[in-house]
Amino acid sequence: MAISKPDLAISTRALRKVFRDKIAVRSLSLEVPRGEVFGFLGPNGAGKSTSVKMLLGLVRPTAGQASILGRPAGHVATRRKVGFLPEHFRFYDWLTATELLQVHGRLYGMTRDELRKRVPALLDLVGLTPHHDKRLRDFSKGMLQRIGLAQALLNEPELIFLDEPTSGLDPVGRRLVRDIIKAQRERGATVLLNSHLLSEVEITCDRVAFIKHGEVLETRELKSLLQEQTSVSVRASKLSSEILGGLAQFASSIHATGENLNFSVTSSRALPEIMRYLVNHGVDVYECTPQRLSLEERFLEIVGTDGGL
Amino acid sequence: MAAWIMAGVTFREALRKKLVWIALAAGIAFLALFGTGLHYQAKDFAERSTNPLLRREILRTMLTLGLYAIDLLTVILAVLTSVDTLSGEIASGTIQAVATKPVHRWELLLGKWLGFVAMLSGYLLLMVGGVNLLTYLAGGVTAHHPVRGFGLMWMETVLLLSVSFLLGTAYSSLTTGVFVLGLHGLAFIGGWIEQAGAIAGSPRAVNVGIVASVIMPSESLWRRAAYEMQSQVAGAMHMTPFGSESVPSRTMIIYAGVYLAAALALAVLRFSSRDL
Repeated sequence: MAISKPDLAISTRALRKVFRDKIAVRSLSLEVPRGEVFGFLGPNGAGKSTSVKMLLGLVRPTAGQASILGRPAGHVATRRKVGFLPEHFRFYDWLTATELLQVHGRLYGMTRDELRKRVPALLDLVGLTPHHDKRLRDFSKGMLQRIGLAQALLNEPELIFLDEPTSGLDPVGRRLVRDIIKAQRERGATVLLNSHLLSEVEITCDRVAFIKHGEVLETRELKSLLQEQTSVSVRASKLSSEILGGLAQFASSIHATGENLNFSVTSSRALPEIMRYLVNHGVDVYECTPQRLSLEERFLEIVGTDGGL
Repeated sequence: MAAWIMAGVTFREALRKKLVWIALAAGIAFLALFGTGLHYQAKDFAERSTNPLLRREILRTMLTLGLYAIDLLTVILAVLTSVDTLSGEIASGTIQAVATKPVHRWELLLGKWLGFVAMLSGYLLLMVGGVNLLTYLAGGVTAHHPVRGFGLMWMETVLLLSVSFLLGTAYSSLTTGVFVLGLHGLAFIGGWIEQAGAIAGSPRAVNVGIVASVIMPSESLWRRAAYEMQSQVAGAMHMTPFGSESVPSRTMIIYAGVYLAAALALAVLRFSSRDL
């Protein structure tokens, strides 16, 4: 039966989805602990959205197992604790922002009393209070995204799926989404963030999974991922080939031309030791710049440059 | 509970459709035309001191004619307003935000269905009531069995609505619309073949009509409704869509009920198992 560990918000094993002759998700195995902001990274068509839909019970897996919050994916009552912002949020456009949240809140089983407090608070949170009476048809793409985000938070969910939450948002809106995600994490909620905006993921996520062809290539803690494999460029004089030879015990890919020295370290923690070594051997160091690899570079390194096509 | 919420929002969504208001305007225009016709007819009858019995029979025939027009309007309204509700919302992704709430898929589907049933029932009641009121005012005539007649017309509407829901779980809006109206057209032609066969004394032609009714029993419900509402004289009119040379049997009505329930149940099953 389905795997269900209580400390995991999401757990899948060999999850697979085939649409007619197209494999959307090949074999997804994933574990997301509770309380984490988890990023789903992958090129277009990697199966990110289909995976999320399987976890939410919108799409039936062809094979494999999936559970959320300790219950099999698709379990109706569990969805009381789940929030979801679809990639392109839309609803009947004749509803006002307030009415939309009321309808969705009632579908969550919330009472009118609860909604009387919750709806204005959420409108305020997503910055739509001045537009609470406006119909959705008069909303911009960014405003629709904001109201979509609000409906995903109505029930104070334990697990929130955000599929491209910042699409259509301006920088102010993107900042808002970041702050909301942060607030959700502080509240103890788990957030699964599907985004192709790597800078977004870099700022908000604790861990990321790199997905390609519907398979997890790698799951890594973001901090360590970005810290490791730092390339360092140093400007120094009085470098000798002996000193450079000795440097090999700390670093790799050592190149020196004139006063410019470049090397790679597996962790930036090695840097003080290297500086001490250079100074003790009489090298004059003018400049030392660790070149942190951006998530984008790591992404291209892991996923490849073919875009998964 | 969730079904009621969906029913409420679907009912309001249905009323937002221009189509409903155009159908209502068409219905009111029809009632006005019908009323005017009856008014002058009554005047002419009075001038010529037409036999009251004949007057009543002519009025009854007019009533059946009126109901036939309403039946067509309602059938088209049922199909055209509902074809988009499932396939359209699945295609646009509107359904996703709703289907991920703690509600069962059957609650969503039944809620939507109830919303449409409410809208269509209101329309049908208004129109059937209107026509009956007009013939009553013109000469004290109402349908022979108005409740039975209304019930059968309602059943026909809801039957086509349910079939439209079922097909909407699998096909695009346009395909669903063409499919449902095509099935109804088949039943319609089948009804004529059955009538003609009955008049010509051709049991095989009658059987062809019955087969058509088995494939889609909507027209049978109308013909039974017409039979219940009209008098014997009007019923003897040959070769009309409301003739009753070969009246659909009780069994056929029960079959239509089972057909309706099966279409709705299958719609729920298909909707519950499909990817959204």
